Amino acid sequence: MYEFDWTSIPGALPFLWQGMQVSLEITFVAVIFGIVWGTLLAIMRLSSFTVLSWFAAGYVNLFRAVPLVMVLLWFFLIVPHLLESLLGFPRGSDMRLGSAIAGFALFEAAYYSEIIRAGIQSVSKGQMAAASALGMRYGQVMRLVVLPQAFRNMVPLLLTQGIILFQDTSLVYVSALADFFGAAYKVGDRDGRLVEMLLFAGAVYFVICFAASQLVRHYQKKLRTA
Amino acid sequence: MNYLWHWGVFLQPTSTGGETYLDWMFSGFKMTIALSLSAWLMALVLGAAVGVLRTVPNKWLSGLATAYVEIFRNIPLLVQLFLWYFVLPELVPASIGTAYKQSNPVIQQFVASMLCLGLFTSARVAEQVRSGINSLPPGQKNAGLAMGFTLAQTYRYVMLPMASRLILPPLTSEFLNIFKNSAVCSTIGLLELAAQGRQLVDYTAQPYESFISVTLAYVMINVVVMFGMRWVEARARVPGYIGGK
Repeated sequence: MYEFDWTSIPGALPFLWQGMQVSLEITFVAVIFGIVWGTLLAIMRLSSFTVLSWFAAGYVNLFRAVPLVMVLLWFFLIVPHLLESLLGFPRGSDMRLGSAIAGFALFEAAYYSEIIRAGIQSVSKGQMAAASALGMRYGQVMRLVVLPQAFRNMVPLLLTQGIILFQDTSLVYVSALADFFGAAYKVGDRDGRLVEMLLFAGAVYFVICFAASQLVRHYQKKLRTA
Repeated sequence: MNYLWHWGVFLQPTSTGGETYLDWMFSGFKMTIALSLSAWLMALVLGAAVGVLRTVPNKWLSGLATAYVEIFRNIPLLVQLFLWYFVLPELVPASIGTAYKQSNPVIQQFVASMLCLGLFTSARVAEQVRSGINSLPPGQKNAGLAMGFTLAQTYRYVMLPMASRLILPPLTSEFLNIFKNSAVCSTIGLLELAAQGRQLVDYTAQPYESFISVTLAYVMINVVVMFGMRWVEARARVPGYIGGK
């Protein structure tokens, strides 16, 4: 039978915490950029300009058809070289964190835009008509009337997507960037305690994601009764 | 930008001899398909069972099923994959573990990947099955029981046939997800499509051609599955329901 030895975890906690900060940083920045860019995509998709709505539809469908791992590999292996040759970035500069954030933000924006599009469409048409009748321009109607109502209903879905994104940040493993999972793997590999470190990492992710999803559920219930 | 495009690289023989780079792409493609389909089969069977258990009027059984779903949903796929690949062989009795570790590495990678994807997706399928069953009007279950069916028969003959047709659209997106998620298995060295793409970059030094081809291959799988499932959905629609005839 396997004999567990958890002694390498306490000493590794500061390193693991550094990794967790990287995971959280990627998550927060990607969620914010993803929601902003996703909102723009959703508005483009619903707009009456064919060019814009086709662009948004193409963007969303392309990113939703490709695995996140492939998107990240593009951003780690190809995009840095592109930037080096196009914009004259210094050769071999470490862009992994920036690449990871950009990759996640552009990828998640496609998923966010679908949530936001459904949210905008769930606001009743009369709201838009009433705001226009009051003399508001399209931008004002969206910003002051439609989007605030849409976002209120969407918050639980957007948060759930954020939890999924947090889980997916572990995939930066493909670039050997030391996020929480990468840090746990490195320590486990170094100490020959991979079994314990992987179980520990799994438990930490579970506690965080389970607690967060329970909070979202609680908020959702409150929203429904309000 | 002075990049030399060279699409003909796929027809060149690989440095290990015998095959062309196109053959590598194909073998990766076949691996992705084989892995995704076998994991999907597992996910459907387990997911249906767990989804049904979540709705039965028994606190212990439904609690157990809820725990199952929460565990697989709240741990990242990559971590689950590493647990199956690196941890499980250590935790089973030593004789089995050793025999397993001495077997063909490709089989080890495939088994771990299939277990991981299958169980991960089964939790998601279970959620769809549960919401499908819960969306049925309660009269259907009551009518079944009133006719003298046992609870098992009511599930078997009344609720599951209806629910399975209602949940086809959300299942389609899970089916698409399993192909995309299979790319994660490249991290343990399984030579599926994404891993072959990386290998092509290393061997051919033509990164754009390699990545564009692999990305298009995933898009193609996506389109084929989507159209296939749309065909199935059109045939399985329940008349009178939203989206029905």
